[in-house]
Amino acid sequence: MKKDKPHSSAVRIIGLGNGMRGDDAVGLLAARRIRQQAGDKVEVIEAEMAGVDLVELMDGAQAVILIDAARSGQAPGTIHRLDASARPISGRMIPRSSHALGTVDALELARAMGALPAAVIVYGVEAGNTEAGQPLSPAVAKALDQVVDRIIQDCEACHA
Amino acid sequence: MTGKEEARNTRTIAVDLVARVEGEGALRVTVKDGTVQDVELRIFEPPRFFEAFLQGRHYSEVPDIVARICGICPVAYQMSAVHAIEQVFGLHVDGALRDLRRLLYCGEWIESHALHVYLLQAPDFLGYDSGIAMAKDHPAVVTRGLRLKKAGNAIMTLLGGRSVHPVSVKVGGFSRVPLRSELNGLKEELLWARDAAIETVRWVADFDYPDFMPDYTYVALHHPDEYPFNEGQVAVSNGLQISTTEFEQHFVEHQVSYSTALHCTLQGTSYLVGPLARLNSNQDHLTPLVQQVLADTRTVMPLRNPFHGIIARSVEILYALEESLRLIDRYEPPPVSALPVVVRSGTGMACTEAPRGILYHRYQVDGDGVIREAKIVPPTSQNQSRIEQDLRLFLPRLLQLPDQEVALACERVIRCYDPCISCATHFLNLEITREGVA
Repeated sequence: MKKDKPHSSAVRIIGLGNGMRGDDAVGLLAARRIRQQAGDKVEVIEAEMAGVDLVELMDGAQAVILIDAARSGQAPGTIHRLDASARPISGRMIPRSSHALGTVDALELARAMGALPAAVIVYGVEAGNTEAGQPLSPAVAKALDQVVDRIIQDCEACHA
Repeated sequence: MTGKEEARNTRTIAVDLVARVEGEGALRVTVKDGTVQDVELRIFEPPRFFEAFLQGRHYSEVPDIVARICGICPVAYQMSAVHAIEQVFGLHVDGALRDLRRLLYCGEWIESHALHVYLLQAPDFLGYDSGIAMAKDHPAVVTRGLRLKKAGNAIMTLLGGRSVHPVSVKVGGFSRVPLRSELNGLKEELLWARDAAIETVRWVADFDYPDFMPDYTYVALHHPDEYPFNEGQVAVSNGLQISTTEFEQHFVEHQVSYSTALHCTLQGTSYLVGPLARLNSNQDHLTPLVQQVLADTRTVMPLRNPFHGIIARSVEILYALEESLRLIDRYEPPPVSALPVVVRSGTGMACTEAPRGILYHRYQVDGDGVIREAKIVPPTSQNQSRIEQDLRLFLPRLLQLPDQEVALACERVIRCYDPCISCATHFLNLEITREGVA
């Protein structure tokens, strides 16, 4: 798990996924790209298979942007922007993790414990191929560029 | 019975998801005329992919590759792998390096067990359908569980380089060993966690447990001097004790038609691995504090009820914390972070105690250090047959209940094993078919 030093950025960006399972890596790769492009303007965490540890990773942040692979039946590469701040997002959108508590579960656990940051935006990138050992599929690779641009715009809006 | 009558008397209960189980798979139960006919646990299995994926890879890549099999027990995969490969090379890791491996494994047990105890299994006993629902009413309890888990994470992060998929483990030792001061920095939190673990044992010992005591064959590592993590003989509760090199002569994997996972049996019969088996086989190596807590909570050993697995896990969290503190106190950094490796060809086998039980690895390595064959037998594959057997025994008392409650009770039985189906699979669905009159 790569974590920048704590600093006073307005937004914490957390990329989730499994780096070895094809399109499931898209959240991690987006976080890495944002770190390279945005430098120290934002706090970025690559949280491979965070599961319940997401509760702790969000701790203390005012605003969090999560990026994860999604599977809702839409075309691979479709980008969903979901606001989890006020109410749960659908568990059908971000697939249940194979590791006990997935992203949606961890968000709801944080909410139940009163530990959910005031603003939580989830970017879900519709995954195609999640076979082990595969690279991103072309549609998701294209979506990766778009989601990185959108999140950097979100961050700039926060700083404006 | 005519086909028409049979159809009229058939009831199907389908539950799409067994929640709070590590991973994904499916369960199918068939009940006919009030009798359980069939229980099939179907599992879809990535480790088999990894066995093939490892072929042709250099031995030095193996620890990092196998760590990816499971996000919950990567250390177990790394430990079984490095011990098996070290056996090929005639390498024996001892002293502080051995201690560090043991400490790293403690971290994984604490992390994995705390998650299961607090968020996966405790809700079953307290009447909640999820850890999230339980957290709303018991935030302080869940906070304690998450902080305990974090204490395990901290050990993993320091020794493994990160808390998920550690990267520092290598054949011969570690890529980097910690300073004394770094390990000492963990102590304050581990001391808090030790007290929290005592509270955890007391908490779970007070739960109401179903009266259910199947006649188990337990299998766990047994070491003459210590509670087992990385070393020991494979000890069976029937008295059989074998070296890990003899594992495949006694424990045989076979395919079942309804699952892509292999079932492992001992001389054709099901057996149990995991915390219950470990605790029962290694009571003599528990610390005085753990023994005292067991006595205070009137926990009578051996534990034979699968639902008592939550007690066994809680006891092992406490043991692992005590052991971590002991290992930290006696730590002197080793002169080298890893022993030099002289590659030679051969075959090596190792069993280590993953949080969920014995994890067996075998590697055939050629003279260039390239893996020619790999075999991995995860604990959940070993327990699958036993889970099915438990369900067969437990279901008769449930058959008068509504379908939904039967399904939930089956889930609770399955969760006792903390099946890490992700070690062996993808998504779990539950389906119960009732034929005839219930």
